[in-house]
Amino acid sequence: MRAFRAQARAEVLMTLRNGEALLLALGIPVLLLVFFSTVEVLPTPAEVAEPVDFLAPGILALAIMSTGLTSLAIATGFQRGYGVLKRLGTTPLSRPGLLAAKVVSVLAVELVQVAVLVPVAVALGWQPSGAVVGAVAAVLLGTVAFSGLGLLMAGALKPELTLALANGLYLVLLLLGGMVVPLASLPGPLRAVAQALPAAALTDALRSSVGAGTAVPTRAWVVLALWALATPLAAARTFRWE
Amino acid sequence: MAALLVDQLVVRYGDRTAVDRISLAAGAGTVLALLGPNGAGKTTTVEALEGYRRPTSGTVRVLGLDPIADRAQVVPRIGVMLQRGGVYPTMAAGSVLRLFASYYANPVPPAQLLDRLDLGQVAGTPWRRLSGGEQQRLSLALALVGRPEVAFLDEPSAGLDPAARRVLWEVIRGLRDDGVTVLLTTHDLDEAERLADHVVIIDGGRVVAEGSPAVLARSGGAAEIRFGGPAGLDVAAIGGAVGGAVVEERPGEYLVAAPASPANLAQLTAWLAEQDVAVADIRAGRQRLEDVFLRLTGQPSAAEADRAPKARRRSPGAA
Repeated sequence: MRAFRAQARAEVLMTLRNGEALLLALGIPVLLLVFFSTVEVLPTPAEVAEPVDFLAPGILALAIMSTGLTSLAIATGFQRGYGVLKRLGTTPLSRPGLLAAKVVSVLAVELVQVAVLVPVAVALGWQPSGAVVGAVAAVLLGTVAFSGLGLLMAGALKPELTLALANGLYLVLLLLGGMVVPLASLPGPLRAVAQALPAAALTDALRSSVGAGTAVPTRAWVVLALWALATPLAAARTFRWE
Repeated sequence: MAALLVDQLVVRYGDRTAVDRISLAAGAGTVLALLGPNGAGKTTTVEALEGYRRPTSGTVRVLGLDPIADRAQVVPRIGVMLQRGGVYPTMAAGSVLRLFASYYANPVPPAQLLDRLDLGQVAGTPWRRLSGGEQQRLSLALALVGRPEVAFLDEPSAGLDPAARRVLWEVIRGLRDDGVTVLLTTHDLDEAERLADHVVIIDGGRVVAEGSPAVLARSGGAAEIRFGGPAGLDVAAIGGAVGGAVVEERPGEYLVAAPASPANLAQLTAWLAEQDVAVADIRAGRQRLEDVFLRLTGQPSAAEADRAPKARRRSPGAA
């Protein structure tokens, strides 16, 4: 237990002290949120009054994705490349213990992100609804799905390839996730693909729960749940520690 | 019960047999050195004991336990120093050591260990900014922080300067005095000779010879004198002075076919003094492990190859 606590603390500190990770976790989301809320260049769906009402849930989803997918994949990939994971294999810190510490660290960073992004969004005029339970459930499912995907890459590919792919996926899912660009603006076939991805499902879930205060569409739950089931299983089957 | 036991171990990677029926044992509180050139199977053998490699056949036991099946019981009692890497690159040396200390029930106080390994000055420096020698010493500290009963040190002296190497040797002797079993791999014959109670020489995945350093050095020893010096000395002139045939076995390595009597040694050193020859070393009556190695494996050891300037290279594969 002491090993797990120390490991979780170390993982959180490593993320928060890492400039690139911090830029990804807070810098880019805050920048996008402020810029597109104040400069009206993006199409805003008719059902929302202000751009920030559309953007805030999307940017929260982006923040969750950046931590669960991109940061976790890159950090774990390099730790594997540097032999850190191998070395930890002969310490009393068990592999489940290490994974649990990583989960805790992802959740802790997400808390910091929410604590920064929500006040910024509110300052920009966002009025969140109180439907927090659905949002928390969606964030947890999304975190599992993205972390599974991140570990799937980190455990199978070279660290450099993981780095490139994690950043590429971040950009693709940002554009196809309905986070800043409404899915309605995408051409039909692309929209169909986007709707099957976990990014858009998480955005959808957040936008209906904390955004509009309505029920989360079933399709979003199904997509999130399927990804949350599939990616950790695939990662567990393919992960190589060395 | 042997602290370490390897019985008929075979490890294959695909078609390649890295370890081919190696057997060895080490009693508690002894230092066992695995000696051999790159690719001999040293690291694979050690990694089988550490639980990283599953034996293709044969058995390995650490403290009587199976390092894979009984992992949870084994890992609190062993300390591992990998050949390279294994540490978070951005984490400060002191933080890494404190983190590893937290994994164990009764760790050595990290500050004490940093001090002992002369790392106090760099406790706040991230791993990636440490020199090669500092990284080696930190790796050693990480292996020892949990008060292991068995320490696996894979090429612990690689990249260490002479002063740091003496600190390392001091630490290893201290471990043995405390009853810790140490398995170390090395290219360095001198190191094996100085530290080990038992030396196992492996090459091509097999045990070539084993015994105490003294026994290995004596076996097959002949009545001859060897010395090292500049290449291209006049062997006929030396032979005339000493009264035995002299051959230059390899550039700068001379073999004098004469009994190592005080008189012969005196004549040899007198001739060398007269010519003002810089002598690297003189060995009389007893071979060094280097010679044993050459005789047993039919090739210079990797350590020797490393010393030859043009042959300097590192094998990318595990040794």
